Amino acid sequence: MPSLKEYFASIFGRKSAQKPSYAARDQRTWLYPDVHNATQMVVGTGQSVGIERSHNEDALLVLTGQLAGSQPLPDFGLFVVADGMGGHRAGEVASAVSIRTVARMITQDTVIHLLNNDHSMPESPLQDLLREALEEANRAVVEEVPGGGTTLTAAVLLGPQLTIGHVGDTRAYYIRDGKTEILTRDHSLVERLKELGQLTAEEASVHPQRNVLYRAIGQGANLEVDVFTHPLPKGGGHLLICSDGLWGVVPDDKIQRIVNNAPHPQIAAQELITAANIAGGPDNITVILVRFPKD
Amino acid sequence: MQKTTRQLGEQENKNEALDRLQAGTTLQERYLVLGMLGSGGMSSVYKGRDLHFPNVTKLVAIKEMVNLIADQSMYDMVVKNFEREADLLAALSHPAIPTIYDNFTHKNRSYLVMEFIDGDDLEAILDEIDGFIPEERVVTWAIEICDVLSYLHNHKPQPIIFRDIKPSNVMVDHHNHVRLIDFGIARHFQPGEKGTMIGTEGYSPPEQYRGEASPAGDIYALGATMHHLLTRRDPRLEPPFSFTERPIRDINPTVSPELENVINSALAYDPKERFPSAALMKEALISTAKRTGLLSRPSVAAVIAQSDKIEEIWKFECEDEVRGSPLVDNGTVYIGCYDNNIYALDAKTGDFQWKYATEGGIAGKPAVEDGIVFIGSEDNRLYALTANRGGLVWTYYAEGSFHSSPTLADGHVFIGSDDHRLHVVNQATGRRAWRVEANAPIWSTPLVNEERVYFGCESGDFYCYDFKAELKWRKKAKRGVTSSPLLIEDMIYFGSRDWTLYALEAENGYQIWRFRMGGATISTPAFFDGMLYIGCGDNNIYALDARHAREIWRYEADHQVTGSPTVHEGSVYIGSVDGSLYCIDHKTGRLRWRYHTEGPITGTPAVVGNTVYIGSTDHRIYAVLA
Repeated sequence: MPSLKEYFASIFGRKSAQKPSYAARDQRTWLYPDVHNATQMVVGTGQSVGIERSHNEDALLVLTGQLAGSQPLPDFGLFVVADGMGGHRAGEVASAVSIRTVARMITQDTVIHLLNNDHSMPESPLQDLLREALEEANRAVVEEVPGGGTTLTAAVLLGPQLTIGHVGDTRAYYIRDGKTEILTRDHSLVERLKELGQLTAEEASVHPQRNVLYRAIGQGANLEVDVFTHPLPKGGGHLLICSDGLWGVVPDDKIQRIVNNAPHPQIAAQELITAANIAGGPDNITVILVRFPKD
Repeated sequence: MQKTTRQLGEQENKNEALDRLQAGTTLQERYLVLGMLGSGGMSSVYKGRDLHFPNVTKLVAIKEMVNLIADQSMYDMVVKNFEREADLLAALSHPAIPTIYDNFTHKNRSYLVMEFIDGDDLEAILDEIDGFIPEERVVTWAIEICDVLSYLHNHKPQPIIFRDIKPSNVMVDHHNHVRLIDFGIARHFQPGEKGTMIGTEGYSPPEQYRGEASPAGDIYALGATMHHLLTRRDPRLEPPFSFTERPIRDINPTVSPELENVINSALAYDPKERFPSAALMKEALISTAKRTGLLSRPSVAAVIAQSDKIEEIWKFECEDEVRGSPLVDNGTVYIGCYDNNIYALDAKTGDFQWKYATEGGIAGKPAVEDGIVFIGSEDNRLYALTANRGGLVWTYYAEGSFHSSPTLADGHVFIGSDDHRLHVVNQATGRRAWRVEANAPIWSTPLVNEERVYFGCESGDFYCYDFKAELKWRKKAKRGVTSSPLLIEDMIYFGSRDWTLYALEAENGYQIWRFRMGGATISTPAFFDGMLYIGCGDNNIYALDARHAREIWRYEADHQVTGSPTVHEGSVYIGSVDGSLYCIDHKTGRLRWRYHTEGPITGTPAVVGNTVYIGSTDHRIYAVLA
């Protein structure tokens, strides 16, 4: 007979939330059916403050659109994760302000254009629009959130192409057929040292300066943004965008296993969060997982 | 763990502002504080006056360190470090190192009294000057820094590594001599010792982050400092260790290639590839200053083969300019010429097989399928000829000349004409299947994929039609699109006379990126290994990363590059109006060889096996060894 305390812990405590029982999964499977053969894009998200931190400085945003009929539109999606930093709540404000700014700019410059009846196209290339959106977010943080900064990784889906704007160490991955491909390049000191062959991956993972970024939103007037375009994975696959609360804690192969095995991206996203918390949850954890159809 | 960036970290430090000494304070009843010179970390430097010299104003610099550490052993260590610095400095004697006069500790503050240097540090000098600092000044300073580094590195019993060379730690006095200040982190060097990691990110060498400090690290930091002085690009605002991504002469072309080479050697990632000593770097700088260039020749000399060393396999003489591009199929080269003929030549020997005379010049590139060769002519006709003998199968009439090349797909010939139309002609019968109107003559060669046809025209419009002749999308460039589209991974790439290379998403024509060049282009891009290659009217051949339009390299020819590149086994082959056929390493942009013809080359080379085929306006067709 468990004590009352254990009983409540089993219902409300962290432990029960961390270890998904099969019963819990069955229940979620009812809510989130198997979408391996879906013909549409399916999105899952998850966020957790983690175990060690007292408040959440991460932010996430998902916008998707679909227009079918005689004048169809390509699938549209905007997926953003930002990981704020800086004391006195500046971090959470910086990530929130940035994510709103990017979403507003992309909506104005891209989404509204898609809905024009004259089929006109934005004058500027998408990569330029995305770069400008992140630069605008930088201006907003520099002006409105002194002492605050944030990473930001934004992916714009337009038809079969995914265009990514990226600053900091929030990562984007393609996960497919047992392959995990990292799309972004961390703007961190240790990553740079790794690129130059000065640190091995093992040394980097325990390096005392592994959390030092050399580029982030809110750092100064001039921001250099990485912008690039990847075609969607042929034969289907996943886009994962996550803060270092996930990738710094849960190994790649485990992430891949969870993503490929879960029937629905929402379940996978929750299981990823759980895995990071079981591993100690040293930081905020944010996950966006998009499953693309085979077609 | 808390995530930080350098800037944020510095801001936090500033918030912990320390009590500062007020002007008028006297220390040890001897040093009158006149004002603050600077502060950083736990220490501040003040300007003071030594009252033991009442009849003259003897100025001193007073370095104050406030110890705020609660932990006693750490506290003691910090004091010990300070005393060590004092001892170290007191033992040194070099004109570029400030003389030490005194040191004392009072409560939780330690003081070092030293020579006051009247001058500016290099950071202040850089801030004052609007343009670039002249090369000569930078070299003069660097030579003196090498001198003092050499002194420190050869210090006995142990070498001293300065560990923090950067513009703000180098003062220039009124005699234009260099003085090193702030020995705060200088330390005795013990080979193999792993130390704590301190240093200004941006100037410090990569190996310093592994805790290694060596003379080569000071040499790197000096190179970094010189790079900053000459380019005005602050490395603290750039990715770490990215100097080589900002070549000095790209930013400041007035710098000599010799000096750039010296600095690049100092900035090598691998300490073993840097100058082995400050003395040798000084030597290199002196020889640079003398412009002898002795020590500063490019270490990797570009291997440029002369055209007489390029093996010519054969050449074939025509009666007029060859502007079109060759097609090689089944051992035969097919190529059109402005003498109105299309020629068929043996690819191995260049022997004439047949020719067919049209009634106009031929600008395009032939296409071949199932034993039939297709070519358009300026006589308004599209010809279908037997590949083995050049016998006429059929002709198709347009209302304008053909400059576009035929594209074969799904049993049809797709070709643009000066009559503003894209014609789709049945390959077997020569009858028109359908055609669509454009806004201007079509010189661009259509691209066909998955029941869609993509092409540009001379008004700058770029079209995507489906096979029902229904417009799927249209994009407008500001000038003509003569360049032909390229389709890679659902992206369409083409150049325009508006100086731009466009990347559009193929499904809907959304513009993903554009790349601006220095002139108009009519060249058709080529793709290989994630990179795009294109020629341009600004004389350059560009190589870009296809994912984000970043320039990887450019190669400057002697004249416009209107021809299109062909990539084959790691080499980019492209002709120029300067008459040369260039072979360039696809990764580095280094010239492998160039082969000179007597007239401008406007066509696209064909590469089959080990042979490159190209026509020239010198009336000849060439086959040379790839």
